[in-house]
Amino acid sequence: MKYFLKRIIAAIAIVSTIGTGLMADEPVQGGTLITVLGSNVRNLNSSVQSGIVTGYPGAQLFASPLRYDENWDPQPYLAKSWKVSDDGLQVTLNLVSNAKFHDGVPLTSEDVAFSVEVIKANHPFKSMFAPVESVDTPNAHTAILNLSKPHPALMLAMSGQLMSIIPKHIYGDGAITDVKTHARNNENVVGSGPFKLVEFKNGEHVILERFEDFFIEGRPYLDKIVMRIISDPAARAIAYENGEVHMGGFESLPRIINRLKKVDSLTVTPNGYGAIGPLDWLAMNTQRGPLKDVRVRKAIAYSIDKNFIHKALMQGTASDSRTGIHPDSPFYSGDVESYDVDLDKANALLDEAGYPLNGNSRFSLTIDFGWPGVKPQVEYAKAALKKVGIDVQVRASADFPTWAKRMGEMDFDMSWDTVFNWGDPVIGVHRTYVSDNVGKGVWSNTQGYSNARVDEILAEAAVEVDASKRKALYAEFQAIIADEVPVYHTNTLPYHTVYSDKVGNPPLGIWGTSTPIDMTYLKK
Amino acid sequence: MKVIENFLIRVAYAVILLTAVLILNFSMMHLAPGDVADTISQSMGGADKEILDQIRADYGLDRPFLIQLGSYIGNVLTFDLGYSFFYNTPVTELILQRLPATLLLVFTAQVLALIIGVMLGVISARRPNGLTSHFVTLLALFGYSAPVFWTGILLLIGFSLNVHWFPVAGMRDVTISGGFWVHFVDVARHLVLPVITLGSIFLALYSRLCRATMLEVLGSDYIRTAKAKGLHDRDVIYKHALKNSLSPVITLAGLQFSAVISGAVLVEAVFSWPGLGTLAFQSIIARDTPTILGILFFSALVVIVGNLLTDLVLRLIDPRIGTK
Repeated sequence: MKYFLKRIIAAIAIVSTIGTGLMADEPVQGGTLITVLGSNVRNLNSSVQSGIVTGYPGAQLFASPLRYDENWDPQPYLAKSWKVSDDGLQVTLNLVSNAKFHDGVPLTSEDVAFSVEVIKANHPFKSMFAPVESVDTPNAHTAILNLSKPHPALMLAMSGQLMSIIPKHIYGDGAITDVKTHARNNENVVGSGPFKLVEFKNGEHVILERFEDFFIEGRPYLDKIVMRIISDPAARAIAYENGEVHMGGFESLPRIINRLKKVDSLTVTPNGYGAIGPLDWLAMNTQRGPLKDVRVRKAIAYSIDKNFIHKALMQGTASDSRTGIHPDSPFYSGDVESYDVDLDKANALLDEAGYPLNGNSRFSLTIDFGWPGVKPQVEYAKAALKKVGIDVQVRASADFPTWAKRMGEMDFDMSWDTVFNWGDPVIGVHRTYVSDNVGKGVWSNTQGYSNARVDEILAEAAVEVDASKRKALYAEFQAIIADEVPVYHTNTLPYHTVYSDKVGNPPLGIWGTSTPIDMTYLKK
Repeated sequence: MKVIENFLIRVAYAVILLTAVLILNFSMMHLAPGDVADTISQSMGGADKEILDQIRADYGLDRPFLIQLGSYIGNVLTFDLGYSFFYNTPVTELILQRLPATLLLVFTAQVLALIIGVMLGVISARRPNGLTSHFVTLLALFGYSAPVFWTGILLLIGFSLNVHWFPVAGMRDVTISGGFWVHFVDVARHLVLPVITLGSIFLALYSRLCRATMLEVLGSDYIRTAKAKGLHDRDVIYKHALKNSLSPVITLAGLQFSAVISGAVLVEAVFSWPGLGTLAFQSIIARDTPTILGILFFSALVVIVGNLLTDLVLRLIDPRIGTK
């Protein structure tokens, strides 16, 4: 009898193992996910601090009205449904009724109204909520955003890390502008997201744990997330490889990406960065010297071999980008001049512009770079432009502020840098090309570019509620930009997410890790 | 009385030095183009001019230089190191959070390097042309000339990737739980590779210096006398020669206390060691003036205390020093 029982138990055990084996794709509850942050976190409150480092913990701690799927379609999150009025001037959010903050206080429309006010006053991306004039709160679970003009960019601005709903009863104790230095931005942080803060140790780690009262039933799957701060990319690579870290995003060094791709237990993917939209570019000061002439700028574009940049410098990890909009964005239109390398054309254009060869040189220009990662591109540009008689002097900057000051004051000829889209073009693209944003600090229109038609298109696109008309406007804009080259776009910054085969359902939507990872789980 | 007087003079020097360090650094930070508002905007993916001006006004960066300097020095005199611009946290708190990790790393590396370095120095001095001596020379040369980030990564590849003996980064594993000893072992495991990396530089210095002074001492008359007396070789080396050749090594070790900041920066970066070196580096990059000045203040203190300790130890080892 005993023997028989043993057999049965053994059989059950076998069947159940097979069962769990078959159900490997079903999310399972529990476990601690170890992930990395590539640099130290300045501030955990994503309603006042932007940036990818804050975005990851921020999106776990705070919930936003909407979230996006990988096809750029908005999905319900804190707002179970939403409605844009026909004239586009009113956006009504119907909030879920069971959302609570981590301290147990229910989330209401008051908190939404408060958060909009805080973001408008403190967040660096002014264009996100500038047209929002007021927020009505007819009842606890309805918030109506009243706009001064139609604002289609609002949809993306209500997702990811861009619109974190923060509790009024905690952050509303002082002046609105004081929230950015609030004592509870880094400790005792209270949001309504899937995870709550356990510990933030500056320079060491951020530890989050499952919020039991999260408003989505059965979520999140993970018990705990440990975000270790490891700033050395080589050390991070080893940590992925030996399994010490399960997942990490924003890896951008081609050498490391290609090495990790060869590791069997790891998946390395460029998916999930469309909305953040990082682009490498060569900016040209259109108000200085020979660069005033569009023919010179075109000649420079024709002299630089993108193929070399893609294959040799980026080692096949980056994709082509031709305009100011990231190729993963639905507004991207790659049907523009691609500037395939053509030295004869470049020479002809330079002759035509009135800069004949004098010996083997026409004129000289300087080139700056925004961060050390693009130094190879800069050195390459120097060599490439030499071939058409442009002498290039590389001006290194001691650090970021030094470079930023040069850009802000438009004290440069050319500069290689990485710039981010941040969701809708209104947020991260317009700033580079509209003429009323010339020379307003780093990452404004530092090229001094001005085109009345571009201003007109962008103003129209900002308020166009019809998606296809909007797309057409942006297509026209991208064609003009590619033709007038205030900025020569070479490639995307190859951000990659690395995750081990233990991780189920990693965040690969448009916002990458700047999205709640309540759907991510650890395989047993 | 003489001792107290000496001590007071030293303290006075230290205060003057510290003030000079603060003023000089504050001025140099001010001279560099750009400021913390730029790095804050960088960390946020861009900000418009309004926000930048607002940040500058918030931190008083729009005031004249002399007023900024005066108010800073005033605060330091009342032992208030101020708030970090970048992290919105009191600087003292930031530094105290990081200081223990750095002290642990530097102290362990120093002590181990000192002991092993002296041992190797003695061994190679006994037979200066022997195989061991050449090996120690080679080791020292390698340890001193190899850049620490390279040694660090090499050790990581060897001992964290190929054989999974030691963790890659950080100071502790937050997922383990247990009593004191569990955490002690955990921190010790994390400590091994950074200590070897950092210690390899010190080791090279100490073993070379010890070897040189030992050789010098071994050639002196009193050693010959001791040997002629028929003393055992071991007694001659350790009781007579080593004691007298130690003071330059101790002096050097004392000087290396400044390495709390300088030497540890790269090692801390490679191993993500949550110490002061990383903080110093990040603050310089971020133009976070209060934090940089706070760290300099602390490291100056550490150097001063270190020098005092060295003096004390030297007196113990060589009684002649006190009587001069």
